[in-house]
Amino acid sequence: MLAFLIRRISQSAVVLLVMSLLVFVGVFYIGNPIDILIAPDATPAEYARAVHELGLDKPLWEQYTIFLKGALHGDFGNSFVYNEPALKVILDRLPATLELAFTAMFIAVIFGIPLGMVAGMKANNWIGRNIMRFSILGFSLPTFWVGLMLIIIFSVQLNWLPSGGRGETVMLLGIPVSFLTLSGLAHLILPATNLALFKTSLAIRLTRAGVQENMQMDYVKFARAKGLSETRVIGLHVMKNIMIPVITVLGMEFGSLIAFAVVTETIFAWPGMGKLVIDSIGVLDRPIIVAYLLITVTMFIIINLVVDILYSILDPRVRLGQER
Amino acid sequence: MSEHTTEAVVQAPAVQDESLILEAVKEFFENRVAAVGLVIFIIMIGVALFAPYITPQNPYDLMSIDIMDGKLAPGSKSFDGSVTYWLGTDSQGRDMFSSILYGLRISLGVGVVSTIIALVIGAVIGLWAAFVGGKTDSVIMRIVDLQLSFPAILVALILLAILGKGVDKIILALILVQWAYYARAIRSNVIVERSKEYVEAAKCLALPQRRIMFSHVLPNCTPELIVISTVKVASAIALEATLSFLGLGMPITEPSLGLLISNGFKYLQSGYYWISFYPGVALLILIVSINLVGDRLRDVLNPRLKR
Repeated sequence: MLAFLIRRISQSAVVLLVMSLLVFVGVFYIGNPIDILIAPDATPAEYARAVHELGLDKPLWEQYTIFLKGALHGDFGNSFVYNEPALKVILDRLPATLELAFTAMFIAVIFGIPLGMVAGMKANNWIGRNIMRFSILGFSLPTFWVGLMLIIIFSVQLNWLPSGGRGETVMLLGIPVSFLTLSGLAHLILPATNLALFKTSLAIRLTRAGVQENMQMDYVKFARAKGLSETRVIGLHVMKNIMIPVITVLGMEFGSLIAFAVVTETIFAWPGMGKLVIDSIGVLDRPIIVAYLLITVTMFIIINLVVDILYSILDPRVRLGQER
Repeated sequence: MSEHTTEAVVQAPAVQDESLILEAVKEFFENRVAAVGLVIFIIMIGVALFAPYITPQNPYDLMSIDIMDGKLAPGSKSFDGSVTYWLGTDSQGRDMFSSILYGLRISLGVGVVSTIIALVIGAVIGLWAAFVGGKTDSVIMRIVDLQLSFPAILVALILLAILGKGVDKIILALILVQWAYYARAIRSNVIVERSKEYVEAAKCLALPQRRIMFSHVLPNCTPELIVISTVKVASAIALEATLSFLGLGMPITEPSLGLLISNGFKYLQSGYYWISFYPGVALLILIVSINLVGDRLRDVLNPRLKR
């Protein structure tokens, strides 16, 4: 276990280092930031001084070391647009993204698991088949397309729900949240549904597969033989056995919700990190781009590490540190 | 399963019998929905290829468009009465029907080209990893695992944030996102195939390893590759559309379906729904038809599902 941990953590560190080098070289070195920062009519002397002041005349490795030192202290430089530290600008928008992602996950769980159980029990009748068709659509349709349709139907045609923004927020433990106000909730429904669609389909598939597998098992036959009602057999006995894998996989997918929030936030003008980074790419706000990419990659690496460790705790059959 | 094994042995070295292909084609068309999907997909390819000959106007020829025709509703006639815009026009007065066919060309082209390149790269790497084994294999597979642990959109986002817009860049991003799937699929397939008797027979004949790899083992992996690549074309098209919608993908001079949708998105709130709705419908039909074909192919070509 310890050997595994050390190896995985050092691997993760290498990956992060490579990523930071790639992103730094790509964003700062190839795309020369000086052209944006300096007035176009600057004299060559002014230009040279600005280059020197920004340290752009130093060799690449030195620039990278300076950048890395700053990044380790959470200093990614000031945003060109907001004129605030890039990290702060991103962290200000983190609660909005997290709220969206958690709501989407909630929707995926409360709709996906029951639908998956129905699809698993009635695999061959029309309900089960239609649920599976829905899940195929959920997998294959691009998120932004569904978001577009939701806006056309529910905001433009029916005029029921707002198409963008976050609505009113209230402070909960010092964090602004919108699900506690009516207007905030109305603004949250469409984007959260949009983001949830893919994960709902995933939850349906996982639950269905789990139900079908477990229905063949002896303990189900035994429970039925005891005369337990079908709802009790499925709702309690089978449910208990399928929840662990379903929840684990969905938990692993949480990171990808935050990545896909980029799309949903852009469509619904949700003021989160995803919309911020797309806007920043549009106006070449490099410190924000770099900080966002590195923060997201770090988050993924941590999630993957935690999942691997949790797996070994939850399921003793998974042997860590054993290389194929 | 056992039946399949004997089949493979009898037919070594893996040249598919013609009747088997015919049988698979027949089986494919037994499913009506999949057949309809295939027909629609072929029609889509056809109209994309022949777009310049079918469309009433070339939407990117400034001579043929008229700003007076901007934002016309579906079914209205043009200002000079010469053309009917069945799907309306956009803010520049371009016929949406024509724009969609040209967009389809770009979307399909990018999706197919990137998938084929990714397939070749992934197949070669996967095959190589499986045959060499040992350290090389575990290093390659570690990289594959690592890449697949990140969602495709994030990988593409990182690459495009670094490289910027452009057709070549988006194709590169789509290749980078996809190659790992093929490498992993091929490798696991090859490992199964390698232990079969026809490979042993080939080894006994002292055939060079390269020949065993490419002309004996690889053809036996093709069914799986066909299935994965059909589904992956659809997801590549969807990802390109998503990235273009976000303004990260195609440049404004090469409007794919995603970019058309993105252009119309601004006007959605003002009631000009058709500017982004119809390109969206075209994208939907394209993706769903490819998926129907892919799903059926999986059933037909996967020996494990056959009784």
